[in-house]
Amino acid sequence: MNAPALQTPRLLALGDAAWTLEFGSDISTATHARVADLADRVAQLRQTEPLLAAVTDVVPTFRSLTVHFDPLTADADSLGARLLALGKQGGHVLREGQHWRLPVCFDPGFAPDLPRLAETKGLSEAEVIGKLLDAEFRVYVIGFQPGFPYMGGLPAELSMPRLASPRQRVPAHSLAVAGEMCAVYPWDSPGGWNLLGRTPVQLFDLRCAEHPAMLAVGDQVRWYAVPLVEYERLHQLGQAGQLRRETFLEPRGAA
Amino acid sequence: MSTGLLTIVQPGIGTTVQDAGRHGHRHEGVAVSGWLDAPLAEAANALVGNPGGAAVLELRGLGTELGVTSGPVRVALAGSVSAKCLQADGGVSALPVWQSQTLQTGDRLVLGAAETGCAYLAVSGGVQLPTQLGSRASNWRAGLQGVLGRALRPGDTLPCAAWATPDPQQWRVAAPWALPDGPVRVMLGPQADHFQPGAVAAFLRDSWEASAEQDRMGLRLRGTPLVHTSPAAADIVSDAVTAGAIQVPANGQPIVLLADSQTVGGYPKIATVIRADLPRLAHLPPGTRVQFQAVTAAQARQALQEQRDAWASWLATRAAFLPPGFIDEAALYGSNLISGQIRAEF
Repeated sequence: MNAPALQTPRLLALGDAAWTLEFGSDISTATHARVADLADRVAQLRQTEPLLAAVTDVVPTFRSLTVHFDPLTADADSLGARLLALGKQGGHVLREGQHWRLPVCFDPGFAPDLPRLAETKGLSEAEVIGKLLDAEFRVYVIGFQPGFPYMGGLPAELSMPRLASPRQRVPAHSLAVAGEMCAVYPWDSPGGWNLLGRTPVQLFDLRCAEHPAMLAVGDQVRWYAVPLVEYERLHQLGQAGQLRRETFLEPRGAA
Repeated sequence: MSTGLLTIVQPGIGTTVQDAGRHGHRHEGVAVSGWLDAPLAEAANALVGNPGGAAVLELRGLGTELGVTSGPVRVALAGSVSAKCLQADGGVSALPVWQSQTLQTGDRLVLGAAETGCAYLAVSGGVQLPTQLGSRASNWRAGLQGVLGRALRPGDTLPCAAWATPDPQQWRVAAPWALPDGPVRVMLGPQADHFQPGAVAAFLRDSWEASAEQDRMGLRLRGTPLVHTSPAAADIVSDAVTAGAIQVPANGQPIVLLADSQTVGGYPKIATVIRADLPRLAHLPPGTRVQFQAVTAAQARQALQEQRDAWASWLATRAAFLPPGFIDEAALYGSNLISGQIRAEF
């Protein structure tokens, strides 16, 4: 019973229709584990606890959990007190999400920032790719855009600031890094992260109505490289709705 | 219920399909979206006899033209907006706001500017696009709805219900639904402690000018810059945001998030607009000024309840009437004991 002392969470009002329970101010696996753990417990208790019936959304982020509710039907004070009590419990367990192994293509057309990142870091492009493929990423937040995963775990040797001037259009499916984070843009959008490759996998798909976002907070992601031909094949299958997500799950217990 | 069909002749600027929004998917990065001014949108719905929550057209700019491809269709406008109907038979008539009207096949509806920044057009049965993740709300930046995940285009069609009843009566209300004046009410935080105490006081004291940089995602305000406790305090590790959250980046100029806002953000939030006053944020055209007032959670809840009650009282003034050109049969019958015979003369 020598678990480290945990910081007491802070209960913050995000207006009159949401509570944010903040576990810290840093980005760390330990803090995020508490967030993900509380998110799971709140999601479960919503099914049974009348006090939580007014909850509309449960949003885990790097260091806090935000619970949105209907202000007219909720007992906001009691709900806040309940969340605080729940937040003080538990949190020692690192939540085990799904383990994914996802394809990425490093074709030069997909990786405009790879040469610059390699040069800045004093590495060859192959070394950058190797370090990326060796890393295991953890999904901290889904946000910015539908299905956009903020993933921690980028090796410090690959850490790069965002572009000084963001691109007007980052192509959908781009794999990107900034700071010690890795992400994938599910949509064409403006963006300032460094683009290192592209995945044929569709990270947000309305055809999967229950969970349109493929990745969830707490999931683990590792990348494997595919040549352009394989990228194109998988991409076409994906567009046609013939690429099953389960294909990319790693069996539990695999190294 | 037979089908009505409207066709977009000109989509105009800032016109989108909206309903109460897309709840329950924020943890997947999906914005809530939905109408900016809920009571005003629901007022339009009530005027055509729709149940609450029916999808409407949100009008934020100008230049929208709709054709009735399959009618008759009952419509109503709520808000400050002018409109005219180019009738299939060549006639032109004004389409008054705050009352219902029935349009015939071939009629064309030409909408003017939403003068305060936001108005709504409701159609009989609601806009019946398919739902995506439980909502018809446009969020075409995210590829969600707003016809097939993009902005409206000429030729797009909006199914609704035909208004096939022969009853010529329409609905109207005694007076427009109106929001109260006065400061927009906020609850401080969740990151008010990232600002110098004087900055919070200045935020609540100053008047802020709405800039032209505004859309359904957010509204940038201009004023004397608010000072953070330190340069580093101008950034936070991103956390969840919501409509009404007031972010202040390093330049000290507040950004009020609106319905299409992202689900997380990396700027400290000095305060968050309460639900009851969210609708007012839709009516701050560039150059208008706004002030903020801090309230407690209890006051926020009371304000929302009072707004619901006021809306119900407003709706209670809704009454049927016969537009000019129709004989008031009810009055005729009521004043004539041999109405059956009189009627035969018409």
